[in-house]
Amino acid sequence: MVAKTDYSQELVKKLEDMAWQLRIDIVEMTHCRGSGHPGGSLSPAEIISVLFFHHLQLDPNNPKWENRDRFILSKGHACAILYAALARRGFMPLKELESWGCIGSCLQGHPDRQKTPGVEMTTGCLGHGINIAAGLCLAAKLKGLDFHTYVLLGDGELQTGILWEGAMLASKYKLSRLIAIVDYNGVQLDGTIEEIMPLEPLKSKWEAFGWAVLEIDGHSVPEVLGALDRARANGNKPTVIIARTVKGKGVSFMEGKAAWHGRGINDEEYQQAMEELKQNV
Amino acid sequence: MFKLDNTRQIFGEALAEYGVKNKKVIVLTADVSASVMTTFFAQKNPERFFNVGIAEAGMIDTAVGFALSGMVPFANTFAALLLRATEQVRTCVAYANTNVKIIGSFAGLSDAKDGATHHSIMDIAVFRAMPNMTVIVPSDSIEAKRMIPLIAEHEGPVYMRISRAEMPILFDENHKVEIGKGTIMRDGSDVTIIANGHLLSRSLEAADRLSSRGIKARVINMHTVKPLDMPLLRKCAQETGAIVTAEEHSIIGGLGSAVAEAIADEIPVPVKRVGVADKFTESSKDLDPLLDKYGMAVDDIVKAAQQAVKQK
Repeated sequence: MVAKTDYSQELVKKLEDMAWQLRIDIVEMTHCRGSGHPGGSLSPAEIISVLFFHHLQLDPNNPKWENRDRFILSKGHACAILYAALARRGFMPLKELESWGCIGSCLQGHPDRQKTPGVEMTTGCLGHGINIAAGLCLAAKLKGLDFHTYVLLGDGELQTGILWEGAMLASKYKLSRLIAIVDYNGVQLDGTIEEIMPLEPLKSKWEAFGWAVLEIDGHSVPEVLGALDRARANGNKPTVIIARTVKGKGVSFMEGKAAWHGRGINDEEYQQAMEELKQNV
Repeated sequence: MFKLDNTRQIFGEALAEYGVKNKKVIVLTADVSASVMTTFFAQKNPERFFNVGIAEAGMIDTAVGFALSGMVPFANTFAALLLRATEQVRTCVAYANTNVKIIGSFAGLSDAKDGATHHSIMDIAVFRAMPNMTVIVPSDSIEAKRMIPLIAEHEGPVYMRISRAEMPILFDENHKVEIGKGTIMRDGSDVTIIANGHLLSRSLEAADRLSSRGIKARVINMHTVKPLDMPLLRKCAQETGAIVTAEEHSIIGGLGSAVAEAIADEIPVPVKRVGVADKFTESSKDLDPLLDKYGMAVDDIVKAAQQAVKQK
């Protein structure tokens, strides 16, 4: 557990409100499109809020600024929250969110770096994030740049072998500017992680691969803030933040349900979800 | 008939030299640097050499990270083992259109002694099917060397295969090469043999034998399988009316398929494909008898040319 530090109440409230706003956006978008992955988009809302509205060094007016922090959504199916965050951070008009998944839209069913401003890498097939981030960090070292690279991983994604190839590589080259965050919501497409392919002891696994490990409540803004700050200050090895979350967080009938990994939201479900979410804003 | 030289060594030394000049070049390898001879690069450019271990898929994604940062990564391993990274190449290199150069060494049957696990007879088929990908099979060591700056300076994904074997020397240091442009090695009017890699020298020998039997064969060096040199292909189909392809690859999906598809679409003339006939190969002490056994003998090219001419 990361100790809560003295972040101002004003900052915490702002980031909590943004997390709930992003959840509302996700439900709006998934209802509008009739498809998507709401469960795993709702779970990392506090993490995305803290990253995009406080922690990451980004410039929406200059999305290719060379020394910007890099963020890779390795769990690309959760792109609704990335698109919502990019729009609210000024990378594109909010109106654009309505086009998600339509022919001709800059917002694909999974992230496309060539179509969407602010999307660093095309993702959607799981397991790629750590290796790509390692390449970015190694290149930054050669170029003398000091940006940080952040990767949001799904928990199910940790079942891919390639991810651990990347974990070894980042450790070998002591890539201390690589920060991974596991959105540990415990549920994947076919069921719970525990049923399909257990990950525990997850902390020991990462430690055995040479990573610094922080464990937090991923829905606590102060804990997310504290963990990211600690990870950024870490100077000799890559850091992973294991963030315990709830799949479908904030919508009672979605919480913890594998059925909500990937499906659209109908009109009735939309009404109920919005009523619940708006109570938090 | 031809003198031989060591393609992988010449390629490895040339990549090292080029890396001294072009500081954007990164070399990644998956525990085969001593085999694919990226050791030369490592000696000259140690800060830009990365050995990722036996992790081919991870190597491709790491190369992608370098490319996203404006570097020019060359990811090297055995062509046969690159198939492990097919999804990484598809998604993160081809679809994401990242500037990654993939070098498949020990290509075709060139690692003869190690057998079918190490023979690469479907790499061209796999990588050719990916949009955005340029696919190159150099026909001798000089050509492989000449390709290095061209593919480094070409913006976009490239797959190039390199032979493990000593290859016949076809070109001298003045050899000029351009991606996507085939060249006429020998003119003829009855049939065109379109070849690359190790089969180009065999095709030239076949043309000699055909000549003594009254068939004038044109021989084309088609080092770029994708994009295919369509103006040259059209010209050959029109002027000679029959085509033979010859390559160290399965007849499914390689140069033969690329040519046959294009010919069927545009100028239907007889096409015969010389290559591995949809079967797995076996170990051999030497490459030449293995090529002979699996349908890539000089006489196989001769017979294919005779049949193609008959079908006109």
